[in-house]
Amino acid sequence: MTYFADVGALARKDLLLELRARDTLPAMLLFVVSTLVVFHFVLPAESSDLAATGLLWVALLFTALLGLSRSFAAEREQGVIDGLVLAPSDRSAIWLGKALSILAFLGLAEVIALPAYALFFRPVDAGLVGGVVLADVGIAAVGTLLAAMATASRARELLLPLLFLPLAIPIVIGGVGASVSGEPARYLGLLGLYDALFAIICWASFEYVVTE
Amino acid sequence: MIHARALEKRYGDKRILRGVSLDVGTEDFLLVTGPNGSGKTTLLRLCAGLAAPSRGELSVGVERGRLGYLGHEPLVYRELTAHENLDLYGRLYRIAERRERTGMLLERFGLWDARHARAGSFSRGMLQRLALCRTLLHEPSLLLLDEPYSGLDDEGERLLDRELAERVARATFVVATHEPERLEQFASARLALA
Repeated sequence: MTYFADVGALARKDLLLELRARDTLPAMLLFVVSTLVVFHFVLPAESSDLAATGLLWVALLFTALLGLSRSFAAEREQGVIDGLVLAPSDRSAIWLGKALSILAFLGLAEVIALPAYALFFRPVDAGLVGGVVLADVGIAAVGTLLAAMATASRARELLLPLLFLPLAIPIVIGGVGASVSGEPARYLGLLGLYDALFAIICWASFEYVVTE
Repeated sequence: MIHARALEKRYGDKRILRGVSLDVGTEDFLLVTGPNGSGKTTLLRLCAGLAAPSRGELSVGVERGRLGYLGHEPLVYRELTAHENLDLYGRLYRIAERRERTGMLLERFGLWDARHARAGSFSRGMLQRLALCRTLLHEPSLLLLDEPYSGLDDEGERLLDRELAERVARATFVVATHEPERLEQFASARLALA
């Protein structure tokens, strides 16, 4: 239980930091809404729903990338990661706490983004919502690990997209498939499998990312 | 407590630490001196487990939760208050009476009145005091202190002198400084890095 108490303390700290600094979530909200507005005017009126759904996933993916690029900013700028690493708690708790806070930010961004998508393009169905929820889990799991890796590098702004986007391809395939397919269960299963597999890999390997 | 043999640390082509050997026993007070760039900070980071040696052997006979590390950065979140920062570390170090301990340290280091102020609003000296509170919060048995007097005013220096005097008989110290005169009274061993 102490493990989950550590995770809770770390996730709560991230939410409190965001509540005080307000430097990640507002940017994510502004980005996703403005992207959907731009796509609304870019797409020709006779465009299919399929194209609109694809653009929604592009917007969600880059919104997530924006949030991930800021996710370890406090730890990097103030060197606090050393303090967290020195604590006797399991280092994977740092990953899980951070992933949960990123998941919360993504969820909040999508609470605004999905109604905006429904307003500009087409109604949102259960397959799309299910796909977005499962995609968020995978994005948070993989993105947190990669953001921690990138944060140690001087070229972090360049490195994070280069590492994250290739690994996000299965998420996009699963998410778009669940959104447009007549049988979303197959794609939701793919996303669930991706989430489980990568969550275990990221959980187990985080310690090696934050220690030399 | 700490045994090192032919310790070497490189960052790329640059050799920061070369052939350092040392033995630090329980309740020893090792004073590490040397000019800027001689590897004092690197040696402390190696002992803390924050960096791995490029060559040589290093063993530190204390578990992570019993180690207190004071670096150049205070390792606190600027958006959290002094109390919130210590409370977070208190939770992670599983300190049973963390409220009492946090309050006691904040009072001892003269930060009680500023406990609800964000660390970002603190002066350099106040941040150093908060960093000292963080370092001592869990009653570490091995203290690795890098320039502990840095940024402290006269009162802060006196407070730290008092803390060191109280703890010198019940903890092991490795202290890096370029002003060894102040700490000579506590030192039981010395290491001069070139």
